[in-house]
Amino acid sequence: MSLAAPASAAAAPAAVPATAAPPTLEVRGLRTHFFTRAGVVKAVDDVSFTVRKGKIMGLVGESGSGKTVTGFSVIGLVDPPGRIVDGEILFHGQNLARLSEEEMRKLRGNRIAMIFQDPMMTLNPVLRVDTQMIETVLAHEKVDKETARQRARDALGQVGIPSPDERLKSYPHQFSGGMRQRVAIAIALLHKPELIIADEPTTALDVTIQGQILFEVQKLCRDSGTSLMWITHDLSVVAGLADDICVMYAGRVVEKGTVDEVLDRPLHPYTRGLIGSVPSRNVRGKPLVQIPGMTPSLLNLPRGCAFRSRCPRADDACMSEPAITEPLPGREIRCVHPHLEGAA
Amino acid sequence: MTVYLIRRLMQSVLVVWVMSLIVFLGVFAIGDPVEILIAPDADQIERERAIIALGLDKPLWEQYFIFVQNALRGDLGRSFVFNEPALRLILQRMPATLELAITATLFAVVIGIPLGLLAGLKPNAWYSRTIMAGSILGFSLPSFWVGLMLIMVFAVQLGWLPSTGRGETAMLGGIQWSFLTVNGLRHLVMPALNLSFFKVSLAIRLTRSGVRETILQDYVKFARAKGLSPTRVIGVHVLKNIMIPVVTVMGLELGSTIAFAVVTESVFAWPGMGKLIIDSIYVLDRPVIVAYLMIIVFMFIIINLVVDLTYSFLDPRVRLGESKA
Repeated sequence: MSLAAPASAAAAPAAVPATAAPPTLEVRGLRTHFFTRAGVVKAVDDVSFTVRKGKIMGLVGESGSGKTVTGFSVIGLVDPPGRIVDGEILFHGQNLARLSEEEMRKLRGNRIAMIFQDPMMTLNPVLRVDTQMIETVLAHEKVDKETARQRARDALGQVGIPSPDERLKSYPHQFSGGMRQRVAIAIALLHKPELIIADEPTTALDVTIQGQILFEVQKLCRDSGTSLMWITHDLSVVAGLADDICVMYAGRVVEKGTVDEVLDRPLHPYTRGLIGSVPSRNVRGKPLVQIPGMTPSLLNLPRGCAFRSRCPRADDACMSEPAITEPLPGREIRCVHPHLEGAA
Repeated sequence: MTVYLIRRLMQSVLVVWVMSLIVFLGVFAIGDPVEILIAPDADQIERERAIIALGLDKPLWEQYFIFVQNALRGDLGRSFVFNEPALRLILQRMPATLELAITATLFAVVIGIPLGLLAGLKPNAWYSRTIMAGSILGFSLPSFWVGLMLIMVFAVQLGWLPSTGRGETAMLGGIQWSFLTVNGLRHLVMPALNLSFFKVSLAIRLTRSGVRETILQDYVKFARAKGLSPTRVIGVHVLKNIMIPVVTVMGLELGSTIAFAVVTESVFAWPGMGKLIIDSIYVLDRPVIVAYLMIIVFMFIIINLVVDLTYSFLDPRVRLGESKA
């Protein structure tokens, strides 16, 4: 588990007290907008959440809900026409939104790493795996190439890639999808980051491989005290993996809390709908439950609650933008008609 | 790899043979050299003697057969005009054209790729728009006119550069080269620049569109997420991915420049192969035309081979020899 070079930032102790430690990441009122010709797309609009130290935070939502853009905002990779227009991204108390590009570069891949959705696309097809790993080591540390190679090999072993020495000399196309994602994870782990942003890293993989990767990631987080921001649309993944959950809809957080509480007793009609849509929860032979309608275009969101048009509980009160409330301790929602009457 | 090379070699032999047929027939069809070569006041006996001496009395198939026989021994015929082996005549002129074409292609790579990168990375900046507008000019201005303008500005008005000939040459490997002397370089710059305008524009456009496409790929974003410097992301991750089309086109451009630098060589009185072939076509010097075209065929075959070999170096997914084996 321990890596060869002593120069890396001090790894967090294995056992982390649950709530006492300050959060690794705290996002407050983040707004990331895209200024397109057709108009301003408010991909992320007033999003706040925290990722606790050594914990896994699941960021859940449908396609286009702004969860990926939230991830890119944190790591500072929002490209024009997109721009963070407001909000604070506090990483150990330091506001990342204010950092210069060069300061941000020094953090990326070093203290904050990211894993992408499609492992077939994330590795450069014309560069060998060792090149792509060693350059990552050298981008943040002044070590000689041999040490860097050693680190790369250890990282590959760590994520369960057999005969890492040979694999280092291979090109990405010589790996299967699952193996490529392991390589990507190994690259993310090279500098023992304090925060990993994982953007649907298992969506493109087989179910069995998905299980293996989830297991590895969970273990690595527990062992090294790394915090994880897991972006997904798959509630069943979050249920088994995450500690906290944050449900996004149309660029906004609609509900958040600990995984157990939110999944056992969803307060927001959208969360309820999402949970109800998981096929395994439906009764065999009956039509599958679904949320009617589709995600509204972010270009012209309806006035008031964005979920209004698809919500069974909507009425005139939903015409005005609902504020964030905390009807139960530790549970924040953005809804005027939450399901407070009983368990789901 | 070896299998691949052998198969390519066999294909090449076939191509050369078919080309020899086409070239021979084509040259035969464009006219009778006797009318041009023999003085109009020559009498019938002199005419007959000349025709026999040139071997033009024999039927076409026999002429072709003799040509192939000699060609296999490395003899591509004697020039009707200079009474010298056509091959030697061409090879004497080749270095001049080679150094011109290579310098022009070098300009294209050294100027075109960086400008293309710039235009691809910041497509909306004023300088990118200027570069792209300039590349349209590079494509569309006729090269003889640009050549004349260059001469007018740099040779006539400013007097900075000489306008004709190769200047002083120096010997390297038994061949005279202009690029080895300062004076020769001064002579080389303008024709090479003239020849490179089209190629620079081509390189700019290829690089730009490659960059625009590659920059959106996940692996570029991932490279940035790893915290690599922008120089490394662009110089390695982007550039290596866009090199395949650039190498292909530049390779073929080099070939066609060597073969058809005629206009520039004429404007700048550059004593290369282009001028030789034009002169030979005027006087229907069949052996020189045939020999020249055969050499060009050879050259393209070799350039294509080198380009293909470069692919496997640039892109590991290209595996030579597995395609049809």
